[in-house]
Amino acid sequence: MDYAPAQFHRSARKLAEPGEPFAYTPENQAKFDENVTRYPPDQRKSAILYALYLVQQQQGYITGAGMQHVAEQIRCTAADVEDVVSYYTMFYTKPVGKYVLNVCRTLSCALLGAERVTEELSEKLGITPGQTTADGVFSLIEVECLGACDRAPVVMVNDDWHERLSPGDAGQFVDDIRTKGRATFTGCHLHVEKK
Amino acid sequence: MAYEPVLIKDVREQGSYTLDFYVKQARGYEGLKKSLTLKPNDIIEQVKASGLRGRGGAGFPTGLKWQFVLKDTPKPKYIACNADESEPGTFKDHVLMERNPHLLIEGCAIGCYAIGAKVAYIYIRGEFYHVQEMLERAIEEAYKAGFLGKNILGTGFDCDVYVHRGAGAYEAGEETALIESLEGKRAQPRIKPPFPAVAGLYQCPTAVNNVETLCNVPLIVLNGPEWFAKLGPEKNGGPKLFCISGHVKRPGVYEASMHTTLRDLIFGDQYAQGMKDGRKFKAIIPGGSSVPILLEQHLDTPASFDHIQKAGSLLGSAGLIIMDDSVCMVWLAMNLLHFYRHESCGKCTPCREGGDWLYKLLQRVERGEGQMKDIDLLYGIANNIVGKTLCAFGDAAATPVLTTINLFRDEFEAHVREGRCTLPAPWRARHAMVAAH
Repeated sequence: MDYAPAQFHRSARKLAEPGEPFAYTPENQAKFDENVTRYPPDQRKSAILYALYLVQQQQGYITGAGMQHVAEQIRCTAADVEDVVSYYTMFYTKPVGKYVLNVCRTLSCALLGAERVTEELSEKLGITPGQTTADGVFSLIEVECLGACDRAPVVMVNDDWHERLSPGDAGQFVDDIRTKGRATFTGCHLHVEKK
Repeated sequence: MAYEPVLIKDVREQGSYTLDFYVKQARGYEGLKKSLTLKPNDIIEQVKASGLRGRGGAGFPTGLKWQFVLKDTPKPKYIACNADESEPGTFKDHVLMERNPHLLIEGCAIGCYAIGAKVAYIYIRGEFYHVQEMLERAIEEAYKAGFLGKNILGTGFDCDVYVHRGAGAYEAGEETALIESLEGKRAQPRIKPPFPAVAGLYQCPTAVNNVETLCNVPLIVLNGPEWFAKLGPEKNGGPKLFCISGHVKRPGVYEASMHTTLRDLIFGDQYAQGMKDGRKFKAIIPGGSSVPILLEQHLDTPASFDHIQKAGSLLGSAGLIIMDDSVCMVWLAMNLLHFYRHESCGKCTPCREGGDWLYKLLQRVERGEGQMKDIDLLYGIANNIVGKTLCAFGDAAATPVLTTINLFRDEFEAHVREGRCTLPAPWRARHAMVAAH
């Protein structure tokens, strides 16, 4: 059963702040239209995570209007979309910095100083985990195991990886990002090949 | 007998992830070609004969799982490849997908052929974006070369492989929660039965297999089930990837047979090369954070599913986390319960509420503000989570508490007696951190 977006349904409820009106750019619309064909025609909802990533790419975070737009694309209720957004940690419902520093805090990284890394970053940036700097450049988030425990401590910055960040280098790391941007990151060590 | 790696032998070679390399240097897609000349059921029989056990954690025989997939149904069937690799201490599928992605694609295609599916979804965790790029590139190559798509190699067999990106949820690694997430919902487990083999993705018969499991399938078809079984101890055959992390000199992913002992993996020259900074070994978590701790006296145990189980733990996902004598076991339990509290999907009350309660108690004890009765309370709560949840997450969340109290009760008592952490390591936070989430 399809719920047309305008149709009343009992699970429809007030969303997070709607924010600016939102619609996909033509490029993102095309990407979504391709992605949704990967699933059976009556299972459009499978594309919801992909649809939300597109919203997040386009506006940096996911507003109520963004969720509404996804609901129209998927043909479900906006409440269904909010249900999904609120479950997954990689979706942001508030603005985040240009660089989101996701510091792994789980055991293997913690054994090699991840707690200290977070402390150093926190001190350097003047924010606590979960906050964004006033200039909007950095957000600091503690995340759970990133799956690169042999290169601890690991920090994921947006979609890039930085491995073996020692507490002593954390301050310099922030300075480097400010001057060099993405070139600062080590990337995944698995890319390194034999000469 | 020296062990010759087969899964990750070439991963450091230039361009090991390309189709060109895979076909020319690694007998790539020969397994698929051979499979398509066999009957689907013969492949299932071969996998059964090989004794391949699921590499994701439970160690369930893969051949049986495939055999259980409902055959007589008009519904489509699916393979859902579990690439959500989120178990703390596990990072093996990461290597396979990034450096040897065609092996996985070949495994998916053979799996589809064997169970009669036409589509495989690879559910990859959202954090592995760089891995996903490599995987999608490889899939594109495979389509172009005719190893995927319609009428593969002129045999009339159609198979599509798609990557589905998750968005940050440990629970999505549980097979029914993974299916829920694939359907576009919250990653929460379903009541079993029905098992996915009967009613999985879109209520259709589905086989959910781990990345490493599927990567073994082409090797079995190509080299025969006897070859595979002979690589390891009885019922623990085949190559195995071990993820070694923590306080060792050379952490990393190592391929070995399951004859190899934990001691060799930790101290062996070709493996992790011993403890870092000359410190003393204290404890090992042998199978990802959800399994009981083992001690020095267990180190001569072969790292196989059955041997580790006999020693009182589980091989799980083969994520070996090694700790030296600077690790406070109350802190360890607290660190892991922070994880389980955060990742609990919230569906079952014992896990959702119990995890939070355990974490708060552990914080109290770790800060030195606990009482002796808190230790029994911790034990009681943990024991009341075990076996009372829909999925294994509840047991996993209780395990770090039960195992640390069982083995290191003296450390808990010392915290209470002295009113402080008795083992504050220099690598830990200097200030008590405020939990931000």
